Amino acid sequence: MSAKRPLEPQKNGIVIGASSGIGAALVKELAREGYNVAALARRQKELEALREEVDGLGNGRCHIYLHDVTDYEVIPALFQQITSDLGGLDLIIYNAGVQTAVAHDEYNFQKDRGMLEINLLGAVAWLNEAAARFERTGSGQIVGIGSVAGDRGRIGSPIYNTSKAGLHTYLEGLRNRLTRHGVGVTTIKPGFIQTSMLDNVPKTFWVISADEAAQRIIRAADKGKQTVYIPARWGLMMLIIRHIPSFIFRKLSF
Amino acid sequence: MNKLPIEHLEKVEAWGGASDGVSYVYRPSTVPELQKVVEFARQNGRTIGARGGGNSYGDAAMNDENILLDMRRMSRILDWNPSSGLITLEPGVTLSTLWQYVLEDGWWPPVVTGTMMTTIGGCAGMNVHGKNGWQQGPIGDHIRTFDMLLTTGEIITCDREQNSGIFYAAIGGFGMLGIFTSITIQMKRIYSGMIDVHFDISPNLEGMFSFFHENVEKSSYIVGWMDAFAKGKSLGRGDLHSATYLEEGDDPNPQQTMRLEKQHLPATLFGVLPKSMIWMFMRPFMNNLGTKMINTAKYNVGRFAGSSTTRTPHAAYHFLLDYVPDWKKAYGSTGLIQYQPFIPRDNALDAFKEMLTLCQKWDMPNYLTVLKRHRPDDFMLTHGLDGFSMAMDFRITKRNRADVTKLAHELDRIVLAANGRYYLAKDSTLRPETAVAYLGQETVDSFRRLKAKCDPDGLIQSNMWRRIFDD
Ligand SMILES: Cc1cc2nc3c(=O)[nH]c(=O)nc-3n(C[C@H](O)[C@H](O)[C@H](O)COP(=O)(O)OP(=O)(O)OC[C@H]3O[C@@H](n4cnc5c(N)ncnc54)[C@H](O)[C@@H]3O)c2cc1C
Ligand SMILES: NC(=O)c1ccc[n+]([C@@H]2O[C@H](COP(=O)([O-])OP(=O)(O)OC[C@H]3O[C@@H](n4cnc5c(N)ncnc54)[C@H](OP(=O)(O)O)[C@@H]3O)[C@@H](O)[C@H]2O)c1
Repeated sequence: MSAKRPLEPQKNGIVIGASSGIGAALVKELAREGYNVAALARRQKELEALREEVDGLGNGRCHIYLHDVTDYEVIPALFQQITSDLGGLDLIIYNAGVQTAVAHDEYNFQKDRGMLEINLLGAVAWLNEAAARFERTGSGQIVGIGSVAGDRGRIGSPIYNTSKAGLHTYLEGLRNRLTRHGVGVTTIKPGFIQTSMLDNVPKTFWVISADEAAQRIIRAADKGKQTVYIPARWGLMMLIIRHIPSFIFRKLSF
Repeated sequence: MNKLPIEHLEKVEAWGGASDGVSYVYRPSTVPELQKVVEFARQNGRTIGARGGGNSYGDAAMNDENILLDMRRMSRILDWNPSSGLITLEPGVTLSTLWQYVLEDGWWPPVVTGTMMTTIGGCAGMNVHGKNGWQQGPIGDHIRTFDMLLTTGEIITCDREQNSGIFYAAIGGFGMLGIFTSITIQMKRIYSGMIDVHFDISPNLEGMFSFFHENVEKSSYIVGWMDAFAKGKSLGRGDLHSATYLEEGDDPNPQQTMRLEKQHLPATLFGVLPKSMIWMFMRPFMNNLGTKMINTAKYNVGRFAGSSTTRTPHAAYHFLLDYVPDWKKAYGSTGLIQYQPFIPRDNALDAFKEMLTLCQKWDMPNYLTVLKRHRPDDFMLTHGLDGFSMAMDFRITKRNRADVTKLAHELDRIVLAANGRYYLAKDSTLRPETAVAYLGQETVDSFRRLKAKCDPDGLIQSNMWRRIFDD
């Protein structure tokens, strides 16, 4: 653990799913803001390159951890190891997520289970630890990266939709538990962000960069926002989509 | 590293409130329980730090993300001999318990701090001084012997003959060598529950120093409260409180005045304002303008009242601050820090003047500035010397942290140039190189060697240790 100077408070954050895309951009943004950051993911090379790039951006340090979020048993101890390495914790962002391509007539339990385990169960395993800690210390900010895809169940990816809808509901429940203890919970619902995840998506529009997404996410967290669409215009879009009656939605092809 | 139970996780604040952290807090009430926690820490790959009453202004009694031993439940009085005045205490006994325990037998702790919420373990850990520092030295000079648990599991007894190296290093060693489990200390005989408190003022710092000079022989205690806002010819002006013990026979009825109920101040100030609310009325004055007004008013009230002597109960004289509960809340939620340099007698006047002026130049005069006189002692990391200390309180705000840090480092130059020393109990800003500069490399190395012997795995740590001494 690094030395802590009483008059120079150091912010500390964890990003789970940090090796590429939005997660890597979040790590960079936090580092620029002076955070110590713990970056977690499975790909070592990418994490090491990230640490190289980030160290020296701000006052903070970047710690990396090779971790698969489906190793649920190691999470409680790893969480404490990280808070100890950082020297504290102010912010945790659960960003790990996968969207596996499935055909419209494909029902593949292995694929489905993978998405649920990474996108939803991993979030529960990690954020439960953070919630328990923050509830006791009476401060802290939890952020979950959901998706506009969690707002409706669609023909293209029922389980990806389910995993994100489940995440949204879980975060709402946490928020209702924790606000009274001074802890903030922010649900982020991105539209299309320019990352490798878009490789599987046929049609995209309103695409923003991962860096821009990261800035918006951190701003929303700083302000203690509850649910934020990025970019914001997706809020209106999803308001409409959420209200499309089922008899029409059933006939749509997206 | 294994997972520790979340039930032990607690937010822990520096006494001054300018910083906080999170620790796994354990509260052993017996030596075997304490040993278990130490073993538990080792097995789980965590460090441990001790905390007494948590009255250190900065990070001395904090150990973020690791185990913190709250020692206050180990608070039994193990032995008391009312004819010799020797008392043996568990480390969690507070000064409050101690003085109330011995007073009616005609004794008083030889050294007390400005608050009675400190524990005897914490007082030994920092080797605290009182307003009688030049006469009685630090509390270590009155400790006869102590038992200390090492992280090896062994309990050792230390005094001036046995394990004397550890004796002189653990007292004032800010908890880094081991955990005190019992401390034997000599009380001071008194002949009345009252003490004669003499009140005076001085128009400037020179006057404050001459007051000390003229009164050290005849007084038992002296303390100066300065108005850090006064400039020019009035630089360092302030109030002086000296106090003298009553001799045997001075008090016609000592049994009466030494009764506990005679020691307490009334619960309200001026008969109307509940004590617990006073800080709320102080809050609006805790800025440069308000404090300047108060200091000026206080000084002028003193000037018109002239010098005077009042017979006051011991507790009311020593623990004035405790009678305004939560006074530090007046500083607001971002708290305060203290900077208390100790400067040799011959350099003190010039150094303090330079420091007061520097703070004014930075527009950061101290809201509370306290002057005391000290003597040298034999403890390894001592802050004591033949000279004076000036305790300076800085209010901390969200915006001034960087400036206060810079100012403190400017003040460091004056302190080092004047051969000054520091007091870890009050510190929040010391840097490793400054610590080496005032302690000397050799002393720091010897302390490290002793630590390696007592705590071979470096299990005992604190935020302060990591900040100042951990490479
Ligand atoms: C209002 C106020 C007035 C004060 N006035 C004075 C004064 O007049 N003179 C003075 O000298 N100081 C003064 N102080 C400072 C205070 O006396 C010291 O910080 C003292 O150490 C506090 O005792 P504590 O029990 O609160 O210990 P803590 O602050 O909890 O701990 C102090 C140190 O002792 C160690 N420690 C605690 N218990 C043990 C143990 N059982 N074994 C080993 N190490 C242990 C800790 O690790 C830490 O390093 C004042 C503080 C306040 C808030
Ligand atoms: N891009 C978009 O348009 C978009 C839109 C809405 C929502 N999102 C959400 O945004 C998040 C980030 O996605 P992205 O677009 O930045 O894609 P990405 O570059 O593929 O990032 C996903 C991150 O999650 C990590 N991850 C995946 N599985 C993991 C596991 N089992 N254990 C640990 N880490 C794992 C990945 O690291 P490793 O592979 O190295 O483990 C990677 O760092 C996801 O939750 C995604 O659902 C993205």
